[in-house]
Amino acid sequence: MLDKMTQQLNFHGNALVLRAERQRVIASNIANADTPGYVGRDMNFAAALKEASGTDSGARLAASDSTGAQNGSSAQQHLPISAHLPSSSLPGKLGYTVQTQPALDNNTVDLDRERANFVDNSVRYEATLRFINGNAKTMLSAIQGQ
Amino acid sequence: MSMFSIFNVSGSAVSAQSQRLNTVASNLANVDAVAGPDGKAYKARQVVFQTTPMGPEHTAGVRVTGIKESEVPGRRVHDPSHPAADEQGYVTHSNVNAVEEMVNMISASRSYQNNIEVMNTAKSLLLKTLQMGQ
Repeated sequence: MLDKMTQQLNFHGNALVLRAERQRVIASNIANADTPGYVGRDMNFAAALKEASGTDSGARLAASDSTGAQNGSSAQQHLPISAHLPSSSLPGKLGYTVQTQPALDNNTVDLDRERANFVDNSVRYEATLRFINGNAKTMLSAIQGQ
Repeated sequence: MSMFSIFNVSGSAVSAQSQRLNTVASNLANVDAVAGPDGKAYKARQVVFQTTPMGPEHTAGVRVTGIKESEVPGRRVHDPSHPAADEQGYVTHSNVNAVEEMVNMISASRSYQNNIEVMNTAKSLLLKTLQMGQ
């Protein structure tokens, strides 16, 4: 039951963490826009978020109890616990940016596109913050019975 | 939290670009310098950038690994009346190309501004995150 209350907050929480990671990757690209031989990185945000929220709601603790609980809880009357978002799930997911113009120094960063991505990501980060705030306030007002 | 390492990354970029601007300023100041009695004129200097990992995985800052001097021979002008002329009457000027230096300056200042903007945005986002739920 508590699961249902916090599910939406979990989703937005995962999205916030992933947005911060993407912010970091884009900032690295912008910092290395002039470095010879640097290849730009980016992450597939939709896939990473789907995997993060899928891991959170789908996985369950393996029940080692012999009383036969099937939904991942230690006993039938206990609430099921879901697995945490693994903190090192990002490194395998980073892809490469598509090179728009060839450069003599083999640098693949397109500075204008990185700036646009950075602004886009910042706005979405703020939107996620507002969603979290809105959800929290809604739940609080429901709890207080207004 | 991973957004804090953005300050390290952009800070390193800002510092590297400002060193690049320093070399541009040195070069432009010495455009018309002539060789001394030892025959060695001013050689244009360029910074060498390299990516350095800093912070969590896949965070890459930049640093200056050295300053290279250009080996292009300096401009030789025939002027026997010049006090610094050698025995054949030639004066060796520096090998600085002013147009190239201006292009370097524009590129360095654009990168500098971009990285400052990245830092400002990250700072305001982190401040808003601190106020979450209030």
